[in-house]
Formats: sequence, C-alpha cells, structure tokens
Amino acid sequence: MKPKALAYPYSIWVLLFTIIPILLVVFFSFTDKNWNFTFDNIIRVGKYSGVFLKSIGLGGIATAICFLLGYPMAYVMSEMKVKNQQLVSNLIMLPMWISFLLRTYAWMTLLEDNGLINKFLNIIGLPSVHMINTQGAVILGMVYDFLPFMILPIYTVLSQLDKSVIEAAKDLGANNSNLFFRVIFPLSIPGIISGVTMVFVPAVSTFIISKMLGGGENMLIGDLIESQFLGTSYNPHLGSAMSLILMILILICMGIMNQIDNRPSEEKGVVV
Amino acid sequence: MEKNNAVSLKNIKVSFGEQCILDNLNLDIKEGEFLTLLGSSGCGKTTTLRVIAGFIDPVQGDVILNGKRINHLPAHKREVNTVFQKYALFNHLNVFENIAFGMRVHKKKNSEIKKKVNELLELVNLKNFAYRSITSLSGGQQQRIAIARALANEPKILLLDEPLAALDLKLRKDMQAELKKIQSQTGITFVFVTHDQEEALCLSDRVIVMDKGLIQQIGTPEDIYNEPANAFVADFIGESNIIDGVMLEDYLVKFSNTTFKCVDKGFSKNQPVDVVIRPEDVEVRPVSECNLKGVVTSVVFKGVHYEMIVNVDNFKWMIQSTQASSVGEEIGIYIRPHNIHVMKKSEYSGTIGDYSSFSDEFYEEQQNKGGFIMNTLFEKSDGKCEL
Repeated sequence: MKPKALAYPYSIWVLLFTIIPILLVVFFSFTDKNWNFTFDNIIRVGKYSGVFLKSIGLGGIATAICFLLGYPMAYVMSEMKVKNQQLVSNLIMLPMWISFLLRTYAWMTLLEDNGLINKFLNIIGLPSVHMINTQGAVILGMVYDFLPFMILPIYTVLSQLDKSVIEAAKDLGANNSNLFFRVIFPLSIPGIISGVTMVFVPAVSTFIISKMLGGGENMLIGDLIESQFLGTSYNPHLGSAMSLILMILILICMGIMNQIDNRPSEEKGVVV
Repeated sequence: MEKNNAVSLKNIKVSFGEQCILDNLNLDIKEGEFLTLLGSSGCGKTTTLRVIAGFIDPVQGDVILNGKRINHLPAHKREVNTVFQKYALFNHLNVFENIAFGMRVHKKKNSEIKKKVNELLELVNLKNFAYRSITSLSGGQQQRIAIARALANEPKILLLDEPLAALDLKLRKDMQAELKKIQSQTGITFVFVTHDQEEALCLSDRVIVMDKGLIQQIGTPEDIYNEPANAFVADFIGESNIIDGVMLEDYLVKFSNTTFKCVDKGFSKNQPVDVVIRPEDVEVRPVSECNLKGVVTSVVFKGVHYEMIVNVDNFKWMIQSTQASSVGEEIGIYIRPHNIHVMKKSEYSGTIGDYSSFSDEFYEEQQNKGGFIMNTLFEKSDGKCEL
C-alpha cells in the first residue's frame, strides 16, 4: 500500500462532509425556492450588514481581550518549571472539559438581574447592575469560552523558543525589554496568529453565547443564520448566502493576519 | 603582568548540584591571543566559556575583565561576545538586521550601523547577502553571519563555542583559515572551544588541554605536542604510544626491558615514569640492528604512510612508516634519544596509550567478549585518525 493511501479515509471524509456541503451552500446561495439561478439572496444579505459589523466588532474585541489576557499568561507559563507548566496548562484546559452550553448557562445565572452577582452586590449594600443581555455580557462569554485557545498556541511557541537565541540576544547587549520586543515577541507571532484565528473565527460565528447572554437586541450572524434554518423565517437560500459571505469575510480577515506572519512562506501554517 | 591580561579566571569553581564541573580553575588570557580550550565533551571547556560570557555564575572565584571583577555583571553588560555552536541566529530578521542587532540595542546611529554592517559583511565575504533571509543561507554562510554579528559590538574578547563542529571537513578547513584571518585583521582576543585537536593545534597561539574540570596543560601547540605534561595530553593530542618505564638515571630510561638513551633529566634514581613515543618517530630497522623487537599484527595503508600495529612485549605499539612490513613479520624498532619523551606518572598512567583498540568504548567491548584482539583498524571514535 502506498503511504498516500493512508490518507484516503480522511480524504473521503473531507469530500463527503466538507467539500460537498460547501458546494451545496454555494448552490443554495445562488438559487431561489424553485431552484432558479438568482443573485437575490446575496443582495438581501446586504440588509443585514449591521449584524455582520456587530459580529465582527464583538468578535474582534473579544479576541483582543483574549490576547491581552492570554499572552502574558502564556509567557509566564513558558518560564515556569516543566512540571508546573503541565499543571497550569491542564488547569487552563479544565473548563473545556465541561459542556460549552453549561458553561454559558452558568454565566446567565451569574449575570441575571436577580443573579448571584447582583445578589452579592445588594448584600454589601450596592445597587444592582444590569449585565445580562448587553454587549458586554456577550464579550465576556466569548472571552471566557475561547481564552484557552489563545493561551495554548502562544505558550507552545514560546516554550519551544531556542534558548541559545535568547542567550545570543543577551550576549549582544539586549536588556529585558529589548529581548522581549526585538526577539521573543517577533518569534512568537506564529503562535499569536494561531491563537487569534482560533478565537476570532468561533467568536464571530457563535450563536449560543449571543442568544443566552445577549438577548434579543444583540443578535449576531450566527443567530441570524440559525433563524433561517430553524426559525419562523425559514429560508435556507438566504441562510446559505449569509454563511457564504461570513466565510468570505473570515477568509479575508485571516488573509490580513497572515500578512503579519514574518516566517518564510514555506514554514507558514497553524501552530497548536 | 595583570595589565596584559584580557581576562583572568581565579580559583573558579562551578558545580551543578553534586557534580563539580570546574574545580579551582586558574587561567590568564592575554590580550590579542588566540587561545583554545581543548577537551572531550564534559571536560568543562564550554562551562569555562560560559563563565566568561556571563551565563554561568561560579560558586567560588573571580572573573576579572581588564582588571575589574565582573562576577555579578550580567551577560548583556559584558564587553564580550559569543559565537554559538548552532549559530543561534535570529530567523525573524534578515542578514543585515542580525548583524545590526547588537548596535541597535546599543542605540547606534543608522548611518554608523550601515557602515559597520557592510564592513563586517566584507570581512566575512558575504557582501551581497545583506537582505537575504537567514534560512536561505548554508551552514557555512550562517556561521560567518554569526561571527560578523558577534564582532559588530567590537568586543574585547570573542568567545567561540565549537563554531565549526557542524560543518563538513572541507568547509571547516576554509573556515579555520577564515577565522585566523579575521583574528589577525581585528586583533581581538579569541577564546575558542573545540574537541578537535588538529583544529586546536593549527589555529591557536596557546592551547589549554582540559579534562574532568581541570587544566591538564597550557602551552603553545608545539609544547603540547612535543612535551605533553601527562599521559592524558599525550593520548589526546595526536597518536602516542605510552609505555611504562623507569628512569635509571639522567639521560637513561628503561622500558619494554630495554635501556634507551634519552634527553630528559631531573628525575630521581629508578623513578617510575610514562614514556611517550610518537608513531612517526619510530624507525623500522632490520632485527639484527636493534635491541627492541616486535611482531607486526596489522598494516593499513593511510596514503602518506603505512600504519602498523606492532606487538612489543605484549604491548601494542602504533608505528607509522613509509615502508610496509607484512603481518606476522618480526621487525626491529629504533628510536632516537630526542624522540623519547619522559613524563611523570599521573592518574592517567596505565589507562591509555596501548593500541589494542583505538577507543575506550571498543576496548571495553572487546574485553567483555573475552579478550579478542582486533586485527583490523577502526577509526578512533574521537576522530584521532585525522592527524
């Protein structure tokens, strides 16, 4: 058996469950109820540009917060003793062992007007704060759910940095800030790109988080698409067109991100 | 004296946990010299280099640079730069920025940086490579960039940690010449670490032979080769037959049941000694003319000469001769007095210098098999066959 043949099962999998469905999405996007070719769906998506912008905006803010929280954590982790590194990375992954739905639901009970946080505030004599069904709550949910996906790839890259390169920088006179900004940070960019990709993409297309924590006013693309397939406004053709445009927008964002990647093109790729 | 020393190490001790890496090391490195630390892996040579660079803090002793104690000066503040074994170049920067790195962190002017980088690129013969990426360069080119990068800060001392180890033989020879040229052009003190004795001999002004965290001998390459201080040095540098002997009186030594005239003196009467005979110093003569005889057990053609293993009194000698003898033949062995080098006994006596096998590892394996004595020659594991 040729080594190539080992990849056949996966190739068939991808063909059946990725390539054909994408082609179907494209097909649905450009047809109407009677399967006639049309641009109508694509044009109608334009009406929802506000939702698109909001999704990308909230996803972007959540990604930025994840980066600001995650990078220092990843850096500190990479400097720890190997034994502690494993412990901490397990702790970071711990929330991921619990159902995504349950985690998000837990935030609901915390953030509600009569939720745990407000009850606590009342006990210590402070007024209630309205948190649930706000953009802030949606961002909080995104950060909470996707933060591990930012930390881990950055940590992987940092922990694999060649120690002799760091010594070389010190040897040439780099103090700690020079060392970080001129050597460590640039060398960790591949990890940052992976992290940003793995947070931004699911954040932009999420529908559970926005539905549970954002309420009716904070509908995101994910919710919009969901409603085209499961809701009262059943229209898989419009839903497909939305999915297609979302996909294209994400590809464009990733393309921009990859421009920042300073590695030679043959070494580019996602680091996990 | 102190003034001429670029670096002095005084009573340096380094240990990792229980293990003592350097034991009371004393070393003066003179300004402008090419000094080589030579030894096999684990002998403490790289540790010595890292103490000077500031990456290892000795538990005891002083590191003195230009008359000032710098033990607590961090690496980035020392006027010392290092060429690392695996180059350790910055892959995210191009060639120009790699060389400019040291000057950038020292906030030099752009015009100055540009001038210096171009000078250095010329020095290492990579003039048109300024805007190439590091990954597009070959090993030899990367090594030259690493040297240029380390020279950019105009260090007082350049430390080189086995910089040529990763290169193939021919490239290594070229780079040796290149290093020698760079050193004489810049006049910077070079401290060079290697396990390759040939490299050490042909590059250095002075060689320091190290083993087990101790300096075994300091001297010029000629001193080290011709007057090894003990059996370890004699065995490590070039090929040596090291034979048990007794110094009968001044200028008279007895070994292999034969008395020889020699040029050494100053030993007490009948003092046991180690005698070093270099394989190229043995003359093969007719049996009738010589008091010392041996039976040839193997002959290998080496190009310049034949390398023979000869059983003399159950001790295996290596003899190099331009005339081949045949296996099993008895030959006469003649040695001129000035080719006999007498050394005091040391802890290494009796452990090395016999040619039953070339490497300790192989010797032990053969012993385990029940004393089978090899007839075929194997390359020594430490590359000793090159000399």
